[in-house]
Amino acid sequence: MKARTCWNAVCTVEDLVPESGIAVWTEDGPVAVFYLPHRLPALFAISHTDPFSGANVLARGITGDLKGEPVVASPLYKQHFNLITGVCLEDDSVRVKTYAVLLDGNRIVLETADKQREAVAA
Amino acid sequence: MSKKTLIVIGNGMVGHHFLEQFVASPEAAEYEILVFGEEKQLAYDRVHLSEYFTGSTHADLAMGTADWYTGQGIKLQLNEPVTALERDQRMVTTPKGNYGYDELVLATGSFPFVPPIEGREHPHCFVYRTLDDLDAIRASAQDGKSGVVVGGGLLGLEAANALRSLGLQAHVVEFAPRLMPVQLDTDGGALLRHKIEELGVQVHTEKATTDIVEGENARLRMNFNDGSHLETDLIVFSAGIRPQDALARASGLEVGERGGIVVNDQCTTSDPHIHAIGECALWDQRIFGLVAPGYTMARTLASVLNSDRNAAFTGADMSTKLKLLGVDVGSIGDAHGQTPGARNIRFNDEQAGHYRRMVISADGKTLLGAILVGDNSHYDTLLQYALNGIALPSNPETLILPEGQGGAPTLGPDALPETASICSCHNVTKGDICGVIDAGCSDLAGVKAETKASTGCGGCTALLKNVVDNELEKRGVAVSKDLCEHFPYSRQDLFHLVKVNGIRTFRTLISQHGKGQGCDICKPVVGSILATCWNEHILATDHVPLQDTNDTFMANMQKNGTYSIVPRIPGGEITPDKLIVLGEVAKEYDLYTKITGGQRVDLFGATLSELPEIWEKLIAAGFETGHAYGKSLRTVKSCVGSTWCRYGVQDSVGMAIHLENRYKGLRAPHKVKMAVSGCTRECAEAQSKDFGVIATENGWNLYVCGNGGMRPRHADLFATDLSDEELIRTIDRVVMFYVRTADRLQRTSVWMENLEGGLDYLKKVILEDSLGICAELEEHMNGIADTYQCEWKTAVEDPEKRKRFREFVNLPEQKDPVQQWTTERGQRRPVLESA
Ligand SMILES: Cc1cc2nc3c(=O)[nH]c(=O)nc-3n(C[C@H](O)[C@H](O)[C@H](O)COP(=O)(O)OP(=O)(O)OC[C@H]3O[C@@H](n4cnc5c(N)ncnc54)[C@H](O)[C@@H]3O)c2cc1C
Ligand code: SF4
Ligand code: SF4
Ligand code: FES
Repeated sequence: MKARTCWNAVCTVEDLVPESGIAVWTEDGPVAVFYLPHRLPALFAISHTDPFSGANVLARGITGDLKGEPVVASPLYKQHFNLITGVCLEDDSVRVKTYAVLLDGNRIVLETADKQREAVAA
Repeated sequence: MSKKTLIVIGNGMVGHHFLEQFVASPEAAEYEILVFGEEKQLAYDRVHLSEYFTGSTHADLAMGTADWYTGQGIKLQLNEPVTALERDQRMVTTPKGNYGYDELVLATGSFPFVPPIEGREHPHCFVYRTLDDLDAIRASAQDGKSGVVVGGGLLGLEAANALRSLGLQAHVVEFAPRLMPVQLDTDGGALLRHKIEELGVQVHTEKATTDIVEGENARLRMNFNDGSHLETDLIVFSAGIRPQDALARASGLEVGERGGIVVNDQCTTSDPHIHAIGECALWDQRIFGLVAPGYTMARTLASVLNSDRNAAFTGADMSTKLKLLGVDVGSIGDAHGQTPGARNIRFNDEQAGHYRRMVISADGKTLLGAILVGDNSHYDTLLQYALNGIALPSNPETLILPEGQGGAPTLGPDALPETASICSCHNVTKGDICGVIDAGCSDLAGVKAETKASTGCGGCTALLKNVVDNELEKRGVAVSKDLCEHFPYSRQDLFHLVKVNGIRTFRTLISQHGKGQGCDICKPVVGSILATCWNEHILATDHVPLQDTNDTFMANMQKNGTYSIVPRIPGGEITPDKLIVLGEVAKEYDLYTKITGGQRVDLFGATLSELPEIWEKLIAAGFETGHAYGKSLRTVKSCVGSTWCRYGVQDSVGMAIHLENRYKGLRAPHKVKMAVSGCTRECAEAQSKDFGVIATENGWNLYVCGNGGMRPRHADLFATDLSDEELIRTIDRVVMFYVRTADRLQRTSVWMENLEGGLDYLKKVILEDSLGICAELEEHMNGIADTYQCEWKTAVEDPEKRKRFREFVNLPEQKDPVQQWTTERGQRRPVLESA
C-alpha cells in the first residue's frame, strides 16, 4: 500500500538560487531543493543529508549533469547523486530519498509523508 | 565426409568463451558442435551476478544470444543436464537421450559447498551462484527482516551486500578469526571488518554453526559451538566452492584428492578425448576460482584442438581487486609473505581507513605480493611490479605511502616490458596493444575493440588507458586532455578562450564552447578562471553555482557540515587588541580555536547562519577574509627578521605583509603559499613554499615551486639579490604565468616539472622575457591587486547575498539536528554518529 502523503509549501521562488540548491525543513527532516533553470522540469528535491557523512549538506553541493542526468556532488566527499532517482553514481547501493516537488504560483510545494495521518491510520 | 562431433558440457562463462574462441578457428569446420547446459538460461556473466538485484536482467548479463549460437551452427540444449558419461562408447546421456562425441569438453564449473550442518535443508536456506538462487533469495527476503551469510570470504561479503540491498539487516558469520582469510592478513581483515560494520553489516568471527532450528522471533535460529545463537529470517551459505566433477568421477577419470578433474598443460584429462576447463579443472593440484584463468584455459584448449603444439596452460595469477560493500580490497601474489626471507612494509592509517602491505623479496629487489584495504589506487602499479618482476625503486615504501598531489604513484607505462600483461581477462600484453596501434588503431575505443582488453572484469581500465595514451603520444597522436565531458579543452585552453573572447559567465562559455550543463569538475575551474580574468565578487549571482561550497560560503566546511573561519593575519603579525577580538568572538559563538601552521588562528564550528554575524564582528575590528577556503594565496609566513632578531639582515615581516596584501584574493589553479626569512638561517622555512624569499646582505633571494605536504619538494633558487621592486615584479610574472598555464589542481611544483624545459625554461620566460609576455603578465597582476575587495565585507553588506546563509530557508530558527557537541580539553568539538 502506498503511504499517504501530503503537499506542503516550503518556500517561494525568490528563495531559490539558479543552478544551485537551498535547504528547507520539513516534517520528514531536512530536504534540499535544487533549481536548474536550463532543464525541464527545473525543480528537484532530495534529502539534504549526505549518506556518507551523515551531515546535512547536500543542498550546498555543486550541481550539473553527467551523461545528461542531473546530479549534485556532495560537498564533503564529492560523491554524485542523481537528482531524479537519488542513486549515488559512485556506489549504486547507496541512494538518498527523493521528493516530488512542484511550482504552485509563487510557492514551491513538496510531497512528504503525512506523519499525522499515518499515525491515525495505524 | 561426415563431420566429427564436439560436445561441450556446461554453458557457463568459460564454456561460452571456449566456443567463441573455437568457432573462430580453422578446425571448427570439421565439427558439429553440441552444447548442454543445466541452467535454463544461456551463459551469463556470473562475475556480475549481484547486479541482478540492482536492476540488471538476464539479457543484460548474457554473454551471447541464441541467434549467435544458431548463426555459428552450434546446437545449444539448455535446461538439459548431462547425467552420465560412457567413455568406452564415447557417449553422454541426458534425460532426453544419448549423444555420441569424438571430443568432449567438460566446462561444468563448480558448486557452492554447504557445510553439513543439521537443518541446512530448511526452505529459507540458500546458496549464491545462479540466477535461480537469486530469484529464490529475493522471494524469501520479501517478508523477512534479517539475513545471515555463512562465510566471510569474497563471495560471502558480496552476498551480504546483496542482502543489504534487499533491505535486510545483514550478518556475516565466519569460522576463521578474520574476514577474507585467504586474501587478507590480520590487520587488513580487522580494518575491513571495521568498515563493513560501519555500513551496518554485523560481523561474527570465530563462530562455528552447530545446527539450525526454528526461531522464536525470526524464522530461523542458528546455534553456535560457543553456546551463543543468532536469529534470522534467511541464511545464505557461502562457505567456498567445490569443483563440479561428478560426471568425471563416475566415469573413472582421474580426479584430485579434494576434487577437481585432473588436466595437463593442454587442458586434457586422463582420457585423451576428454578435456576440462574452468573451475572444474584441477591443474598442478590447483583449482582456479576466478574467471580470467578459466578464459586462459579456454583459449589454450581451442589452440590444442587446432593441433597447436605450443599451446599450454601455465598457471595464472590469482591477484584480485574488488569493491566489497563499497570498500576497496586488493590482494596480489604472495600476500601472506610465505616466500622464505620475504620482508614486509606496512602502512596502516586507522584514521583514514587505509591499510597497505607490500611483501618484498629477501634481496629487496622485487615485489612478491601485496594487500590493500580501503583504497585500491595503488593496485595497478603494484600488480605490474609483482607480475613483471620489475626492479623496485630504492625507497619502495613510496609506492604505498599516501599520495601528495597528482594521485597515487604510478609506474610509467614506459617502464613496463612488452610482455607485461595489461588485461589478464583477455590475456592482452603491452606488446599486443603496441601491435594493434601500429596496425592503425588510433584511439582507446579502437584498441578495446581489437584486443577486447578491459571488456572482462574491467579491473584494467585505468592501466589500459595509460598505456594506450602513452603509446599514441609516442607516435605523435594527440591524446585528449579534455577537462571533463562538458568541455573538450584543457584548463589552459579555457583560460585562453575566456580571456581572448572576453567571456564573463559560465553559461556563455559552455553554450559557445562546451555542451551540457557542467559538473563539479568544470564549474569550479571556470569559476576560478573568471575570477582571475575579471576579478568580480565570487558571490555575484552568475558565479555562485560555480563554486565549491567552501568558496560559496567563504569558509571551510568540516566533517559535520559546520564551517571554520580563518581571518587574514598578514605575515602573522597581530596587535593584542585584535587578538582579544578573536578570543571574544570565539567565546561568544563557542568556536573551537586552534593556531594554524600558517601563523594564523582557525575558529571551528560555526553554523552557516552564524557566518555573516561572526564576520560582521570581525570586519568591524579590522579583519579581512583569509581565503583559507579558496584556491588562492593562503599565507605569507615570516620570521621576526631584522627588527628583533640579532642575525636578521632585512625586515622579513614587512616584506611578508607587503606580499600578502599584494597577492591576497588572487584565484589560482591550486592554493599558493609563500614565506619570507630574514637571513639565511631560514627560520620561516621559505624553501618549502611555492614562493620562498630569503634575505641577503644585498636584497632578496627568490626560490620557487616548493611545497610541504605529503610529497615535500624543496623550492629551486630562481633569482638572487633582488631589490624590493625586482622581487615583486618577478613574483608577479611567475604567479600570473602559473595561473594562466597550469592545469586544474596543479601545484606550482608539478606545474614547473611538467613545463617542457623545466626550471631553465621558466627562467627564460620570466627573467629574459623569451615569450614577450612579461609586460602583459605584470599588467594583469596590477589589475587584480587594484580591484581587490574583501569578499566577506561585500557579502555582509549585501542583504541579497546574506540570504544564502540561511540554514533552512523556511525555518530560520531551526538548528541542524545532526550537529551535536561534546567538550574536550576545555573546548567544544563535534560528535557525529557514523551514518
Ligand atoms: C557471486 C559471484 C561473484 C563472482 N565474482 C568474481 C569476480 O569478481 N572475479 C572473478 O574472476 N570471478 C568471480 N566469480 C567466479 C566466476 O564467476 C567463475 O570463476 C566463473 O563463472 C567460472 O566459469 P565456469 O564456466 O568454469 O563455471 P560456471 O560459470 O559455473 O559454468 C558452469 C556451468 O555448467 C553447468 N553444468 C554443471 N554440470 C552440468 C552438467 N552435468 N550438465 C550440464 N551443465 C552442467 C552449470 O549449471 C553452469 O551453468 C564470481 C562468482 C560468483 C558466484
Ligand atoms: S631567519 Fe634569520 S632573521 Fe629570521 S628569525 Fe631566523 S635567524 Fe632571525
Ligand atoms: S588537516 Fe590536513 S593533515 Fe590534518 S587531517 Fe585534515 S587533511 Fe589531514
Ligand atoms: S583484467 Fe579483467 S578486463 Fe582486463
